[in-house]
Amino acid sequence: MNTMKTRIRPATPAAQGSGTDVPAPPTGPVPFDRERALMLLGGMLRIRRMEEKSAELYGQGKIRGFLHLYIGEEAVAGGMIPALQPQDNVVATYREHGHALLRGVSMDRIMAEMYGKAEGCSRGRGGSMHLFDAQARLYGGNAIVGGGLPVATGLALAARQLNEPRVTACFFGEGAVAEGAFHEAMNLAALWQLPVLFCCENNLYAMGTALARSESRVDLCAKAASYGMQAGSIDGMDVVAVHQAALAAVKQVRASLAPIFLELRTYRFRAHSMFDAELYRDKAEVQAWKTRGPIHTYTARLKAQGLLTEQQFLALDRQVAEEVDRAVAFAEAGHWEPVGDLLRDVVAARQDEADAPSESSGVAP
Amino acid sequence: MSAAKSRKSPDAAPAKKKAVAIDDRGGDLTGARAASRSKSASKRSPATVKAGGGVGAGRISYRDAMRAALQEALQRDPRVMLMGEDVGRYGGTYAVTKGLLAEFGPERVRDTPLSELGFVGAAIGAAIGGLRPIVEVMTVNFSLLALDQIVNTAAVYRHMSGGQFGVPLVIRMATGAGRQLAAQHSHSLEVWFAHVPGIRVLAPATVEDARGMLWPALQDPDPVVIFEHAQLYNLEDELPATVSDDITHARVRQVGTDVSLITYGGSLYKTLDAARELAALGISAEVVDLRVLRPLDGDTVLASVRKTRRAVVVDEGWRSGSLAAEVMARIAESAFFDLDAPLARVCSEEVPIPYARHMEEAALPQVPTIVAAVRALLNR
Repeated sequence: MNTMKTRIRPATPAAQGSGTDVPAPPTGPVPFDRERALMLLGGMLRIRRMEEKSAELYGQGKIRGFLHLYIGEEAVAGGMIPALQPQDNVVATYREHGHALLRGVSMDRIMAEMYGKAEGCSRGRGGSMHLFDAQARLYGGNAIVGGGLPVATGLALAARQLNEPRVTACFFGEGAVAEGAFHEAMNLAALWQLPVLFCCENNLYAMGTALARSESRVDLCAKAASYGMQAGSIDGMDVVAVHQAALAAVKQVRASLAPIFLELRTYRFRAHSMFDAELYRDKAEVQAWKTRGPIHTYTARLKAQGLLTEQQFLALDRQVAEEVDRAVAFAEAGHWEPVGDLLRDVVAARQDEADAPSESSGVAP
Repeated sequence: MSAAKSRKSPDAAPAKKKAVAIDDRGGDLTGARAASRSKSASKRSPATVKAGGGVGAGRISYRDAMRAALQEALQRDPRVMLMGEDVGRYGGTYAVTKGLLAEFGPERVRDTPLSELGFVGAAIGAAIGGLRPIVEVMTVNFSLLALDQIVNTAAVYRHMSGGQFGVPLVIRMATGAGRQLAAQHSHSLEVWFAHVPGIRVLAPATVEDARGMLWPALQDPDPVVIFEHAQLYNLEDELPATVSDDITHARVRQVGTDVSLITYGGSLYKTLDAARELAALGISAEVVDLRVLRPLDGDTVLASVRKTRRAVVVDEGWRSGSLAAEVMARIAESAFFDLDAPLARVCSEEVPIPYARHMEEAALPQVPTIVAAVRALLNR
């Protein structure tokens, strides 16, 4: 494993603030054994196929609310999440299907959650934007931009104070960098030396607002560095680069307890949500970025290196398709939580609250 | 400390405070009812707080009572930590945390930057992660900077996660006017928090509640916000030998028969003073201290109103959309046919709290306005 200094470095010489500068597709040898190399591919493929099916189900009205697809960005979660240990914490955004899936939440329970079924990983209370799982130490699914950063900082504070060797990986988009919560959390994490790995998924657009149209300076690492935090930019379309950086960063955060900031430069192929007409970017730009697609470029590299054949790829894809089919069947078979349970889990228990009856009864007899 | 002790009572609660009869058993409640109430309280938290706790029973200031509660919490549970602006070296804006840094060290008594959103959010994360943080926010006005984390994270986390995660966090903050601090340090926004499902809101008004409410709040698996009226810190009173750990019920502070005066926090003493003036006029007022602003104890309020058949709510919040409005609505919903007079309230004038003393006084509920409201109701 190379040192941080060589791994965490700008992916391109200039800071990236516009979608029109499209770097060359990722190439080069895959420096992992076959098992790890295929695990990374399988992870990305599972996210892709699950989300393609989700979009289809959205069109059928099976999934409602907001649905934010990660398609195009799979190398980020695909490279980061497998670098974490089971005891580590994950805090994510409303575009978190992939993080949840690779963190070990079953596709069944994710799909059931998007359906709003009681078998969902948040019992149907959260939906697509709020996937939670205590066992996976997945702390949401946060739909307030920047809202997860202070929480992640606090999780790391608890780990530090309780002497638990946990790294808290906090994912957020580049849009969150404009929020006060970002700066307050960065300051606290650096000031108190907390084991947080800040993972900025820079897909260049905060909904429809390009980074260069919302930040006076688009060099995100410079912002982190201003808090005295080690920071580096990674090509977020290259799962190899992401995974290498993640392994090194997780190891370093765990050893030093100090936070690290990673900018993962990526691109969203699909609309922001299912309600987005994409007026803010050219189709040509999206097409150009698709040449950097994380799955097909990585597949080509694996094949070139003799780590994967076309038949093996098709077999893997078939396996994933079956998992997706099972997840849909599971969600379809799930049941709706009874309306009588509406007030469940607002607080830990209803206890003997003094106003429990009047809360729902309205006019007294 | 010395400054605190040299002042015997706050402006709002003159020295005659000692004469106030505190009815610990809940006024007109029958013995059986009172017994069942204390039973349910002890079921939730068997370790009834001993007043001892390192400070000794007897006469104590509200500030010292709160400090003793914090000290006891830090001693009893190693997961407890204090966080906030100037809670450590400075000793607390209101000197509540003075001395605790020396006793418990900088990790457990943690000074924070002026970063309300960040440190309240971090306290939420720390609570989810296994600690039991107590956050001090300097005033409720400043807490608005953290409102996103309190409302969008702390209050919803359990429900949104399908019951998988709770946020066992206590947030303390000063509230209220009366110190000529003008429009950005003086407001009473308790109702904003009391509006939100998922959090418990407490308003300790007595030294007993300042001493006794914190520990049970820490045992609550969900977020608790504690409002301390800044006028109360210098209040001194007798601490009973056994301190109640009830964070569920309102309490009748003075028994009466002609009208129920329902209030909470810093307005309690103005209301008790008004009750005394009314007694001189031959009007017997019952004073109910809500203590818990969410979830409201409707039963205690309704029991009082059904007995007196009249109610005036005294609330330092603004009238529109006030906690008073909620209390009145509940009475109207459940006890309308028991009433002999329209419901009334005495709230703050709908104006940002001004600096000039006479203007500030005019903006707030005062003893004469409470007395006048009751007399109008009774045509006396």
